[in-house]
Amino acid sequence: MNHFRVIRSGINTTFQDLGRKNLYHMGIPFSGAMDNRNYILANAIAGNKEDKPVIEFAFQGPLLKFKGKKINFNITGNVNFNIIKNKNKIEGECYKNYILEDGDELDILSTNKSVYGYLAISGNFDVNYNWDSCSINTKAKIGANNGNKLEKDQLINILNSHSLNSKRKLKYINSKIENIRVIKGTNFNYFSEQGKKIFFDKKFTVTKLSDRMGMRLEGHKIENIEDTNIKSEGIIKGVIQVPADGNPIIMLSDHGTIGGYPKIGVVISADYDKLVQLPPGSKIKFKEIELSEAEMLFKLYKMETQNLVLQIQ
Amino acid sequence: MLKNILNLGDAALYCDFGKEVSKEINYNVIKYFKNIRDKQIEGITNITPSYNKLIISFDLNYTNFKSVKTKIENLELKDFTNIQGKSVNIPICCDDSFALDIKRLEKKLNITKDKIYEKFFSKEYYCYMTGFIAGHPFLGDTDKKLRVKRLETPRVKIPKGSVGITEQFCNIYSFESPGGWNIIGNTPLNIFDKSNELKPNLINPGDTVKFNQITIEEYKEKNKK
Repeated sequence: MNHFRVIRSGINTTFQDLGRKNLYHMGIPFSGAMDNRNYILANAIAGNKEDKPVIEFAFQGPLLKFKGKKINFNITGNVNFNIIKNKNKIEGECYKNYILEDGDELDILSTNKSVYGYLAISGNFDVNYNWDSCSINTKAKIGANNGNKLEKDQLINILNSHSLNSKRKLKYINSKIENIRVIKGTNFNYFSEQGKKIFFDKKFTVTKLSDRMGMRLEGHKIENIEDTNIKSEGIIKGVIQVPADGNPIIMLSDHGTIGGYPKIGVVISADYDKLVQLPPGSKIKFKEIELSEAEMLFKLYKMETQNLVLQIQ
Repeated sequence: MLKNILNLGDAALYCDFGKEVSKEINYNVIKYFKNIRDKQIEGITNITPSYNKLIISFDLNYTNFKSVKTKIENLELKDFTNIQGKSVNIPICCDDSFALDIKRLEKKLNITKDKIYEKFFSKEYYCYMTGFIAGHPFLGDTDKKLRVKRLETPRVKIPKGSVGITEQFCNIYSFESPGGWNIIGNTPLNIFDKSNELKPNLINPGDTVKFNQITIEEYKEKNKK
């Protein structure tokens, strides 16, 4: 059977798809690819349906050895990678289909000034599903690979591989942004006037304590004048909580379904993909917008994604 | 009819049922949760009931705040008389090796370990919600003499099955997780079972939980299965 052998696993390499719905009331997070646009583009370039599993990696990706009949693959994001054919190294470009043949190696070295990248193949990764999704949640041990990150020496089997137009590609450059637009949160008034001003006027730094569950920020403390705890209640991705220490935490795709810290704001849906790509050390400045504007920006974001899919040739 | 529905970001509704934590308010939350779920409104991706709130998130690709809000406001409520869920028995072993915080609690509460357990095991608990981590139940209310705050510095790892108390609530850690509740024992039962996709959680909102104390030998016997 066609397969990859994992020679090096990378830092946080998982299978992801569109995630799982209607399970928050049981405590099960949404999960799914962090950067949705790059997930969609990876499958589109590979010629797959949009809900197929892909391999998501963070910072350093895996080194994979391919065995079997030739297939296509592509990588999306801002990623440095090499294809090694008979000891010849070919430097790879993102958003472009390549052919992998028996014995080739794919070395995903690093994400460049970003966090997440995606590997899609012209075929199906042979993975197990929980609640109609293969998305791995390592905390709850849910999804493909028994809910674990990929490990060294394991095999990844490939089913129904179809070799197709290896010329398919897209011209696209991920723009990096510093301004993240937010809508005021339901506990906005828990914070002092000074605290509110700091939240929108100052720049925050992304810390190393960031993962698929959340992004911790530091730089300026936001003073709470009401209560540093609320009665625990449901949260969603993009919610910015401020615990007692005054440092904001942004909830990301694997977040706990219930939280007990005041919510100062929520990142708009249109900016989520860009947010998750900010590596530790990046600066963030929050900008307040209204709901109607956020809805308009989402339509624009969606149209842009659809246009990109149409531009694949 | 639900009033004062706010937006939480651009893709969720925030419904507030009142300031207090009480069974009555929580019944109402669960009633709405079940009604909305049964309606299968297009675009809704999650409905999260908690003590006194209901968060309804949706996919902006299919709907928006105004549209979902109108549908929720005009919802015809069916009365669920069976909101009171099932009764669940949970065995707990309180051996010192499991009761990580019992010595601390004796000091903080100024009562003996035996009294703490006597009070804890004499009550039945209501499940307000499940969440935070998969299957994790929030139960209440504990005896007034057992109420303490969370640990000042949460533990990085709390063992699977640990039973904790804080304020008027108790919980069960469905798997190993960070956390700050005061741990008084451990259950050998699986609280979350991902292989049972229709009913992965042993305890669900509205259920009643009764704890019973077991010995370390009984614990080991049950844990083998």
